[in-house]
Amino acid sequence: MDIDALTLARLQFAFTITFHIVFPAISIGLASYLAVLEGLWFLTGRTVFLDLFNYWKKIFAVAFGMGVVSGIVMSYQFGTNWSVFSDKAGPVIGPLMGYEVLTAFFLEAGFLGVMLFGLSRVGPRLHYLATLMVALGTFISAFWILSVNSWMQTPAGFAINEVGQFVPVDWVAVIFNPSFPYRLVHMLLAAYLSTAFIVGGTGALHLLRDATLPASRIMFSMAMWMAAIVAPLQIVAGDLHGLNTLEHQPAKVAAMEGHFETQAGAPLILFGWPDMEQERTRYAVEVPKLGSLILTHDWNGTVRGLKEWPREDRPNAAIVFWSFRVMVGAGLAMLAVGVWSLALRARRRLYDQPWLLRASVALSPIGLVAVIAGWITTEVGRQPYTVYGLLRTAQSASSIDAAAVGASLAAFAIVYFAVFGAGAFYMLRLMRKAPEPVEPEFAPSHPMHASGLMPGPVMRKAPRA
Amino acid sequence: MMQLDLALIWAGLLAFAVLAYVVLDGFDLGVGILFPFMPGETQRDEMMNSVAPVWDGNETWLVLGGGALFAAFPLAYAIIMPALYAPVIALLLGLVFRGVAFEFRWKTQRGKFLWDGAFAAGSTIAAFAQGLALGALVQGIPVAGRAYAGGWWDWLTPFSVLTGVSLVAGYALLGATWLIYKTQGPTQQRAYRFANFAGGATLAAIGLVSLWTPFLSDVFMQRWFSWPRILLVATVPALVALAAYVLFNGLRRRQELSPFLASLALFVLCFVGLVISFFPYLVPTSVTLWEAAAPPSSLGFLFAGAAFLIPVILAYTAYSYWVFRGKIEQGGGGYH
Ligand code: HDD
Ligand code: HEM
Ligand code: HEM
Repeated sequence: MDIDALTLARLQFAFTITFHIVFPAISIGLASYLAVLEGLWFLTGRTVFLDLFNYWKKIFAVAFGMGVVSGIVMSYQFGTNWSVFSDKAGPVIGPLMGYEVLTAFFLEAGFLGVMLFGLSRVGPRLHYLATLMVALGTFISAFWILSVNSWMQTPAGFAINEVGQFVPVDWVAVIFNPSFPYRLVHMLLAAYLSTAFIVGGTGALHLLRDATLPASRIMFSMAMWMAAIVAPLQIVAGDLHGLNTLEHQPAKVAAMEGHFETQAGAPLILFGWPDMEQERTRYAVEVPKLGSLILTHDWNGTVRGLKEWPREDRPNAAIVFWSFRVMVGAGLAMLAVGVWSLALRARRRLYDQPWLLRASVALSPIGLVAVIAGWITTEVGRQPYTVYGLLRTAQSASSIDAAAVGASLAAFAIVYFAVFGAGAFYMLRLMRKAPEPVEPEFAPSHPMHASGLMPGPVMRKAPRA
Repeated sequence: MMQLDLALIWAGLLAFAVLAYVVLDGFDLGVGILFPFMPGETQRDEMMNSVAPVWDGNETWLVLGGGALFAAFPLAYAIIMPALYAPVIALLLGLVFRGVAFEFRWKTQRGKFLWDGAFAAGSTIAAFAQGLALGALVQGIPVAGRAYAGGWWDWLTPFSVLTGVSLVAGYALLGATWLIYKTQGPTQQRAYRFANFAGGATLAAIGLVSLWTPFLSDVFMQRWFSWPRILLVATVPALVALAAYVLFNGLRRRQELSPFLASLALFVLCFVGLVISFFPYLVPTSVTLWEAAAPPSSLGFLFAGAAFLIPVILAYTAYSYWVFRGKIEQGGGGYH
């Protein structure tokens, strides 16, 4: 296989998964949020929670649909573009993905219909069960797929058989491989944060127009609590994740930090341009010794640089360095919003400080930006391997003509931009509309609603009231 | 102690997942194929609503089929996917279009026709691509070492085009009989007409493909026409004839459930026919299921879960069909 087909296959994978990850990040967060809203409706009997539930349910349905179709593409990409990898790693990661289908996807799919259309058919209690099952499904899905990805980063619990396949020896070691717990926690928090900023930005938008609407206030307040509590947790989790990476993939960390030389008392390079050719980071703005302190918790600790590895074993430092900074910058911005909201809350001015509201609207997509940047750091940083240290990316690909890969990449690009662009547009349009005091279950044009399926007074009564 | 043949068990589970996918997603793809032929906005809304709560679950069987092939027979997955590169990509893109249409078409008045088109075209492309892929698999895939060794257009032959068209007809039949079962009034009347037409086309297609297949390879010829095997395998075409009778009889008498069941039976029988031709190959006629199987530690690990989870999944899938039982309200009213 020539290099061009390989590059195209990598681009295709990166392109399709970058689209995919956006939707699961939203569905993981929103599914839990919906469960919380429905639970609050049960507990308090306040219809505003049901209104919010119905409002976000419509947005969830659009995101979830896009997540499903882009995910189905992913599960076949391994075979079409990475067939050698599939043959070799299939015995280990195949069963993990099989468990994802059996435990997560069916759970979501089975209860999704009930959750979206079934409230009047099954009654509030069973309906709540369905909502919980969908949320649980998104969580389990993240569990298995992150186990797969983490195993590719830090392989464990396997042997290699006579035909060169990875063969599982110890499943517990495979599943709970060294980087998995960190990645799982970091990704789940990322999904919650991404959703919190979307919800918060939506609430803020409507508060700017009408500061009294209870539904907007609730959304905004809940989101700001998330920002204040989860953003700092995420930074701690990210730091721990980084230390774990330093242990298992030091070359990736060297790229993240822009270090080419191995040095004691290494500086923290804030900005600069890592130049792979010249093997140095140009225009570096640095803080002396801070790099060593962060990575080794010692002012004079030794930090390894990229020159420790032969050129062909180094990841592209420019991409990793910058995507890492985008993620960390996003995390710090979220932290700032969280702290700001706490300060205003203490002075009882949370809902009427226009600058916080404006900032929240502007920052609504920041979580998704951080998610994508984080994944690019992770995936580009583990190059040139698909199974770290053992199977090179160049040896993983199918031997497919560049023309075939290129044509399919072009088709994916056109279809994804058109379809998911339209989807994003519909989601934004739903969010731009303020939640109504009696939020309808379905979109106005949706006949399941128009036929008077949901007799208002019956369902609006809290079950225990 | 007798050693369990896990590879064989997994081949059985894989076959079950594929069959479940074909019949379940088959009827909702079929509804999409018939979509443009249904006049009237409200009738189309009814069609859409008859599958809206269940399509996602139906499609999940495709993910399980792919997942089981990947997990249990990684070598077969690694050979078949590149061999079927173009049809698989077309299938995936078709599914993207139709999948999002379920949500998008309610979100816009002006653009509704676009998503109606996406639903119909996506469903038809997906069905046709599946048929192409099946035909390409049946006609055989050249293998060298552990990889596909053919060219990039091998999947396109007169035979695979025939199987592609056949599957479109078959899914249309499933969709039409599903609509008979789930709708009433003008939509149901239309569906009877669709079913008559699609039923005829499907039977013709089954006949053609069955006559052609044995000539593709000696192995298939042996499977069907060697003595005394023929006595046993001849029950398959006999049962096909019986199912066809039940189908058309039910359509003539305006029965509501029997045409759908008869169409399902037709699919099951065709599938049994395929299994008779294929077994024990996964990549006909070069890689057997035992050659492609993952090591026992992989097969056993996933089987432990599957043995418990698949019955549970079937149970709550049945439950969610039961929740949405009954007829769709006329005039596009959804379930009530
Ligand atoms: C809302 C999202 C978000 C935010 C605010 C952060 N991250 Fe992150 N980060 C992710 C979302 C994310 C992610 C998308 O979830 C990644 C990609 C893969 C993974 O495991 O998590 C990730 C990867 C990732 C990695 C790569 C680990 C590896 O590949 O081995 C490191 C070292 C960090 N993060 C560290 C941080 C630090 C120090 C942050 C402090 C501000 C931070 N992250 C904020
Ligand atoms: C957890 C699931 C994931 C798995 C199993 C996975 C697996 C893979 C594989 C097999 C490749 C192709 C080979 C390679 O180039 O290394 C790849 C590349 C890539 N993936 Fe992931 N990936 C996952 C998640 C993600 C996510 C969520 C993103 C989001 C941005 C992402 C971004 C990329 C990028 C940018 C590349 C190209 C890297 C390069 O070639 O330099 N990955 N990944
Ligand atoms: C190469 C990697 C990946 C593959 C092969 C893959 C596969 C899939 C598939 C097939 C679906 C649709 C399931 C259905 O039919 O309902 C799906 C949805 C989903 N995926 Fe992925 N996925 C990948 C990466 C990821 C990552 C990195 C995450 C998050 C951590 C993730 C989380 C989810 C979730 C929560 C869903 C539920 C549906 C939704 O959110 O829309 N996936 N994925």
